[in-house]
Amino acid sequence: MKPFDYVRPATVSEAVVAAARPGAAYLAAGTNLLDLMKGNISRPDRLVDVTHLDGLDAIETLPDGSLRIGALVSNADLAHDPAFAKTYPAVAEALLSGASAQLRNAATVGGNLLQRTRCAYFYDTASRCNKREAGSGCDAREGESRGHAVLGWSDSCIATHPSDFCVPLVALDAVVEIEGRGGRREIALDELHRLPGNSPERESALEPGDLVVAVRLPPAARGFAAHARYLKVRDRTSYAFAVVSAAAALRIENGKVAEARIALGGVAAKPWRARAAEDVLRGVAPTADAFQEAAWRALTDAKPSGDNAFKIELARRIVVRALRLAAAGTPARLPALPASPFASTSGAIHA
Amino acid sequence: MPELNLTSAPAHLRHGSNIGQPLTRRDGVLKVTGQATYAADNHPPGMLFAVIAVSGIAHGRVVSLDVAAAKRHPGVVDVMTPDHKPQLAIDPEIKTNPFVFRMETLQSNEVRYANQPIAVVIAETLEAATEGAALLAPRYETLPPLVGLDAGESFVPPVVGVGNPTENHLGDVEAGLASAEKRIDATYETPPQYHNAMEPHAIVVQWDGDRLSVDMPTQGLMLSLARIAELFGIAHDKIHIRSPFLGGGFGSKGLMGGPPVLGIMAAKLVGRPIKLVLRREQMYGPVGHRAPTRQRLRIGADSEGRLTALDHHARTVSSMFDDFYEPAADASHTLYAAPAIRTSHDAVRVNTGTPLFMRAPGEATGSIALESAIDEMAWACGMDPLAFRLKNYAEVEPISGKPFSSKALRACYEQGAARFGWAKRSPQPRQMRDDAGLLVGWGMGTATFPALMFQAEARAAIRRDGSGVMEIGAHDMGQGAWTALAQIAADAVGLDIDRVTFKAGTSDLPDAGIAGGSAHTATAGAAIHSAGAAVIAKLADLATGDERSPLFGAGNTGVIARDGRLIRRDDESRGESYAEILARAGVAEVEARGTGAPNPAAMEEYAMHAHGAVFAEVKVDPELGQIRVTRMVGAFAAGRIVNPRMVQSQLFGGMIWGMSFALHEEAITDRRTGRIMNANLGEYHVPVNADVPPLDVITVEEQDPHVNTLGIKGVGEIGITGSAGAVANAVWHATGVRVRRFPIRIEDLLTQL
Repeated sequence: MKPFDYVRPATVSEAVVAAARPGAAYLAAGTNLLDLMKGNISRPDRLVDVTHLDGLDAIETLPDGSLRIGALVSNADLAHDPAFAKTYPAVAEALLSGASAQLRNAATVGGNLLQRTRCAYFYDTASRCNKREAGSGCDAREGESRGHAVLGWSDSCIATHPSDFCVPLVALDAVVEIEGRGGRREIALDELHRLPGNSPERESALEPGDLVVAVRLPPAARGFAAHARYLKVRDRTSYAFAVVSAAAALRIENGKVAEARIALGGVAAKPWRARAAEDVLRGVAPTADAFQEAAWRALTDAKPSGDNAFKIELARRIVVRALRLAAAGTPARLPALPASPFASTSGAIHA
Repeated sequence: MPELNLTSAPAHLRHGSNIGQPLTRRDGVLKVTGQATYAADNHPPGMLFAVIAVSGIAHGRVVSLDVAAAKRHPGVVDVMTPDHKPQLAIDPEIKTNPFVFRMETLQSNEVRYANQPIAVVIAETLEAATEGAALLAPRYETLPPLVGLDAGESFVPPVVGVGNPTENHLGDVEAGLASAEKRIDATYETPPQYHNAMEPHAIVVQWDGDRLSVDMPTQGLMLSLARIAELFGIAHDKIHIRSPFLGGGFGSKGLMGGPPVLGIMAAKLVGRPIKLVLRREQMYGPVGHRAPTRQRLRIGADSEGRLTALDHHARTVSSMFDDFYEPAADASHTLYAAPAIRTSHDAVRVNTGTPLFMRAPGEATGSIALESAIDEMAWACGMDPLAFRLKNYAEVEPISGKPFSSKALRACYEQGAARFGWAKRSPQPRQMRDDAGLLVGWGMGTATFPALMFQAEARAAIRRDGSGVMEIGAHDMGQGAWTALAQIAADAVGLDIDRVTFKAGTSDLPDAGIAGGSAHTATAGAAIHSAGAAVIAKLADLATGDERSPLFGAGNTGVIARDGRLIRRDDESRGESYAEILARAGVAEVEARGTGAPNPAAMEEYAMHAHGAVFAEVKVDPELGQIRVTRMVGAFAAGRIVNPRMVQSQLFGGMIWGMSFALHEEAITDRRTGRIMNANLGEYHVPVNADVPPLDVITVEEQDPHVNTLGIKGVGEIGITGSAGAVANAVWHATGVRVRRFPIRIEDLLTQL
């Protein structure tokens, strides 16, 4: 492994200064970064360890009804917080469908947002990758591209963002609090991840030194608790990234959809909010036909980037199913196989 | 290394004889407490770390390595390259016997496959060696690689597997097909698969002058020792290999590959002990894999569902530089009776590491195709898949015409079907649903694996205190050899298992043969049994020839050994303990050797195979296409079962592997570069716990007087066969969609559901 400096700043502002230097990277649980370093994909000169910083590991309800989740809260602690799971069930379900129990125990909220793509060509240093080395080319194009993007991709990059967590978060209008050299600011999670365009090496709106300190769910996110699900189709029952996933959240009033939120995972370089599909459902009855229409609308702009045309059809069906599950109502308990199409199957013991 | 003390585990409950008892693993406590020492756990003083640099291209040559940059890195001691390495005593390209495979020992700058070792960096720390390897920044002259089953001109290899004929015939297949009432002609594809043992290949090496000490997981201590001896030009007795535990081998640790040889070379180069451990992704190349296949099956049946012809052709690949051909079509030799059978193979060469034995080589790949095709034929004939298999039950081995040494397959079908509830199966596909609306499918497959036997030797002793010793260089890959072979040893010397010191896992012990071919328990067990009988005979000589013994005059055949005593067969009240016999004779211990070997006469007369029947239930989401196995029942007849607990575990493992074959495992090769794109356990999918359904294993009673001394057929590999096809057939039954490319993926079903 390339030698690197390791620093443990005492405060957030010291961390920002330490990480603003070229070649620096923040280290939280390291569940992604350390693998990238071992594989020579990331070669930072300096790791800025933020795991001990005060005040970043709380889950707190703010006076206006927002929920503020500290960036260092572990994925497991968040998912298993009973109040959180009850209020934001799709987010808890998404968290529990990701990775493995061991990884969820370690991985942090902030790290989950900023995990890198799982594109095999990004990880394979013998291949060309515009993300890893700007301007070098993209070997995923014309390559083994079954799992790649069908929305928002460009000729320079067809990678997807792998997070489950971010999918319901973006559906619920989550906001990211960032501490940077210019002080504290916040942006919508939907604005955090960038589509590749001609510069896929720029993956987020973060500037050097920027530290995600919290994720906030606005008060309106509470309104979907009764009808919110996350559904994830994958190649094995657990410990696999989504082939395609979807979060669906509905506010149903008097038998009609007052408001719908839909986002897709595994289809683009960012968690994909399907606003046009949401519009289709506003004010209509939650029927199969309406869900079909919404699903078509969600994938209108989709096109295969390789051997992955099936993902478009799969995504449509997942949207329909996720909406149907959401309309049926959030289950009283999280399923034993969270987010799985087999969630309702008897005999499921664990994920 | 301290001597293993397996008896520190709690004493075992035991009733009656040792063989047949479900003892828990004798090494279990060591393993769960972290005390079991695997090869890479050894750290001799002064040890350095060696890290292999591998090729990023699949074909071409290395034109430069930045050795200077690597050497400048703090902690790097040396860089071994084709230009800077110890000379071997013989060219590693020379095949001195059929079990020698060509390997990369930096003999040239030529690149024959991706992930081929091209240099070794030796450093004070693992981190420094790893970074040194990265700093080599190789530059290549790249040639277009050959990739895939259609990479080039096909040819008919001289043999497949280990010396099997490439083609086999019985009767006239074309005439049989022509006369058939129903025919199918179907082509199936299986992907390259990698062994992915939990424990990567590892070696810790210490040279002491011309003496060599090696810690290395191996399924073949003596084969490895012989290969090291010839490569380094040293005598066998100068080499000591310790391999007490393997974290899985599955065939990839059977024969000596290049990486451990590089470790030995590195230690020689720097004159210090070396540890070399492969990274996970480096296991996708130089240490073997299961080759991809494309198999065409043409089957004909008459109006009553009786086979008229079975034609099984398999295309596979081998490397550019060596020969191993997955004998996939051979799976059709034994299972189904037909008047005309033909099996044949051809191959193309591709830029890959040489494929090798991987758990059930040939049987696993062949079985999923054959069992799928048989299922398709049953459907074409309008018959239940089990009834169809029974209709075509082979009473004798079809091509050879030999009777089976034993074959309890009918009982496997009956007991497995009963336990599974097969009779309630809907004959039509896509008819069954569960309460949640998921499609439910039931499928079955027949399991088969040959009962092989190699050669082995063991040494037994009875000591003055009445305890026993059994020594054999056997291998515990996790299958439970420390336990099962010790049970055989205890019975062989007539002692409780805790009174026998059982030594295994090192190369200074008698040769146990290779732990492969599902033959280790039979082979090593026969040697142990024979050594035990020989030492008891010597002990009996001491007693029956001594007029002071109550056994005087009983004669060798007139005594039996039981619980540390010899007793008269005709009068069990007369006898004496081993300790008494040895004390009176004034002998510290008696010892004897015994051997185990196949019986050529029996092999000439009988066909010897284990069999089984596997039944699987899958559920498929009717809109999303995700598949989940929800239930499996396997009934297996494999002769004598030495330890039912270990056997059940082996069969569970095989059935899970079968499910993995049908639904998960696939190395994704970039078609342009020949690089494997998912060389890690995150993306090369094997089943996780949540994928594994309740498994039910039935071991069907089967006594085989012919197969070998102990009547053991072996269970190491058979569990995969039958299981993969059963899952695939269940997917068809659930959906009505027949997928002939494995693993079955969501997209294979999605648009057809």
